[in-house]
Amino acid sequence: MSLYAVIFYLLAALILAATGLAITRRNPVHAVVFLVFSFLGSAVLFFLLGAPFIAALEVIIYAGAIMILFLFVIMMLRVDVADRIGLSVGRWIPSIVLGVLFLALSALMIFRDSGSAAVLVPAMATPRGFGRFVFERYWLAVEIISILLLLGLLAAVLVGRDKGEKADPSGDERGEEP
Amino acid sequence: MIVPFSHVFMLAGAVFFLGLVCIFTRRNLIMTLIGVEIMMNAAAIAFIASSVHWHRLEGQAFVLFIIGVAATEVAVGLALVVAAHRRTGSVDPDRYDLLKW
Repeated sequence: MSLYAVIFYLLAALILAATGLAITRRNPVHAVVFLVFSFLGSAVLFFLLGAPFIAALEVIIYAGAIMILFLFVIMMLRVDVADRIGLSVGRWIPSIVLGVLFLALSALMIFRDSGSAAVLVPAMATPRGFGRFVFERYWLAVEIISILLLLGLLAAVLVGRDKGEKADPSGDERGEEP
Repeated sequence: MIVPFSHVFMLAGAVFFLGLVCIFTRRNLIMTLIGVEIMMNAAAIAFIASSVHWHRLEGQAFVLFIIGVAATEVAVGLALVVAAHRRTGSVDPDRYDLLKW
């Protein structure tokens, strides 16, 4: 087993453990902190698999921006910590059956594929070459993503705007537009 | 020589499954969005593994787009959660029963 393989299995264990801890925490702040560890592990995994630019983006955007956005919203809303976990027993059975079926089918599909036993060879895509590739071959998709980000910004501002209405479950709280 | 291709894919599948579990078992809209993030991260792992397997840069390009879509989705989703919390005072989807009569 080479050094790369040891690093990969350590990273896989770290990612799975951090994600498993994240989805079982009752406090959403703890979940977000564990998820940052999971994303940092993913970033190192991307670096191992020859994508240093994507690894940097994973740290900056996923672990940096998105998780901090989650933290801001959690702290702004003062989410009650006593969050209920779990379903009723009648709904556990189909969940478990479907989950085991999904895992078994995906494992079967992955391991029966003839190309799946091929061992990955270390390769590296330099950020310069990657940027040149993206902007030569997929410039239209980059433009579409930028428009999508702009629309997402507009939608977030429109939806999250405070119109001065209180938390009132009755139906007629629609005030005049300012 | 790193590891067999299938092992990376199994890692991606397991992470995707954990995200699915998070969506189905948590009664908290913020944790549901976190589950979606976990699933997108699993898809990114699978794309990167495919990219290094076939020596094509398309996989990494798609991960770039996945990150962009995930950022947009989180911004809009969290704005919706804030709006719903402002209107009902809760982030529990079972409490959203304005239309129930």
